[in-house]
Amino acid sequence: MSRSKLLTRLALFGLTIPVLLFIYLPIAWLVISSTSTRAELLSKPAHWIPEAPSIQPYVDILFPGAEASDASKTFRPTLQNSLLVAASVTAVSLFFGSMAAYALVRITFRFRRIVLLSILGTRMIPEISLVIPLYVIAAQLRILNTPYVLIATYLGFALPFTIWLMAAFFESIPFELEDAARIDGCSRLGILFRVILPISTPGLISTALFVFLLSWDEFFFALIFTSTLAAKTVPVAIAEFTGRYVVDISGMMAGGVLAAIPPVVLALVFQRYIVRGLTAGAVKG
Amino acid sequence: MRFSPRPIRLTLRQQDALVGGLLVAPSLLIILAITLQPILSTFYLSFFEAPLGINLPRVFVGLSNYTGLLKDNIFWTTIGRTFYFMLVSVALELILGMAIAQLIHARPPGWKFLRISLIIPWAVPTIVSGAMWRWIYNADYGALNGLLFQLGLIKSYIPWLIDPVRAMNLVILADIWHTVPFVALVLQAALATLPPELEEAAAVDGATAWQRFWRIRLPLLRSSILVILIIRSVEAFRVFDIVYIITQGGPAFGTVTISYMTYLETFSYGHLGRGSALSFLISLITLAVAFIYIRILFRSGESAS
Repeated sequence: MSRSKLLTRLALFGLTIPVLLFIYLPIAWLVISSTSTRAELLSKPAHWIPEAPSIQPYVDILFPGAEASDASKTFRPTLQNSLLVAASVTAVSLFFGSMAAYALVRITFRFRRIVLLSILGTRMIPEISLVIPLYVIAAQLRILNTPYVLIATYLGFALPFTIWLMAAFFESIPFELEDAARIDGCSRLGILFRVILPISTPGLISTALFVFLLSWDEFFFALIFTSTLAAKTVPVAIAEFTGRYVVDISGMMAGGVLAAIPPVVLALVFQRYIVRGLTAGAVKG
Repeated sequence: MRFSPRPIRLTLRQQDALVGGLLVAPSLLIILAITLQPILSTFYLSFFEAPLGINLPRVFVGLSNYTGLLKDNIFWTTIGRTFYFMLVSVALELILGMAIAQLIHARPPGWKFLRISLIIPWAVPTIVSGAMWRWIYNADYGALNGLLFQLGLIKSYIPWLIDPVRAMNLVILADIWHTVPFVALVLQAALATLPPELEEAAAVDGATAWQRFWRIRLPLLRSSILVILIIRSVEAFRVFDIVYIITQGGPAFGTVTISYMTYLETFSYGHLGRGSALSFLISLITLAVAFIYIRILFRSGESAS
């Protein structure tokens, strides 16, 4: 390697450092704050490395004792609600969405194109334009403040997203495979469930990840449609740490870390699928 | 009398159409119920004066919700502020995301670690990221003050969020942290698919790295850039979560965006009709923004082919 090339590589390496600092410094402070005592957090000048890091804030929000803050006591049920809602939305959306995507990509029928375009078009509609009528309907059905209202409304954005990603994936599967199955006497549904879906596992995994992450992240509908622990999700619980209750910083930060762990771990474990999904979803557009 | 049902014979094409319709139907029905029906109701409701609450009387007021908004200075200030948020955050995200993508593409030592690291801020929930930045910006104990003070860059702690413009810029910074990874990851994936021959040939002909970037790479990335612009602009225009958690629209309503204004009108002041009119306008502006981008996308697609 020539000297100038070495210098270039060194300079490029130097450039990665500010980017890494920008990514990790806030996260480091989040984790530090979640394991520090109140006295340390409120010290001036700022005290960066906790002298006696403690997992007490985590214990307090996962297994709140009598002296834990009110916000802490609400955390665990909201974690369960979030898991239930995100998992249900993912399952339902993948099931119906991949059926629809297959039909839209591979079967010719009337209005196919207009259906596909209008499904994509719904992604342009902001949640806030839907929330008032949905609130009224949910109140009439008496499902306000239940996980059902969240599962149903999240499908409104999860399904178009699923259809979009799965359609892009199905397009990459060669036609010959289907033709062979059809000659062998397989029906359309048989082809979908026995031939196409089994080889679409990577697409299904990456779509499931995105839908799960979107549902886990959703805040606005959860804020409007839920009011008690029966259905509140984690983002709402975290927002309430600052609002209604006396601010419990280490509890709030511990809650933040716990809320971030499922999506971050999933995204890191399946990072290959994330990059592929981003490419299919965004670039292939 | 014997009744024998005539077997229905469908051509293969008709069978396909039937199966196709059945496969699409469940999704289509759900999407229509959750998006189309509500957006039409919102439009309908925007012509009424309606209090928040079920079964309360509504009064038809024609276009006055719209005309009232268009005459309202607060509405125009809010629109301007929302466009400021959208333009500044999307522009910075695109520039930084592009720079990081180029950096990863150059494969410096540790590029794989950098790429994995980008996934983390992207995966952290928006509300968690907002809560984290709010604590960082804290006037009395925040890490930003602590860091700048210990580095000697500020003489005393600054209450960052009491100035509206600065508060808005800090919300943008938090948004950038959360969203740049998406832009960088998409662009680096797109870069990896470009054929290297073009640039190699240009390098042989003596083109500098700078020229190769502007003349070869950027034009080839154009469709990816436009898709990112559409997705990000539409999202940024309807920003709500991060404003809610960091500033709650303050100080003195200085960071209220159009979605936040709709939220306040509807759920704090109980003006359902006015809130509906506002939210319908958001949809319209979002569609207009997307339409402008799509026009550009198709035009550039035509000229490129």
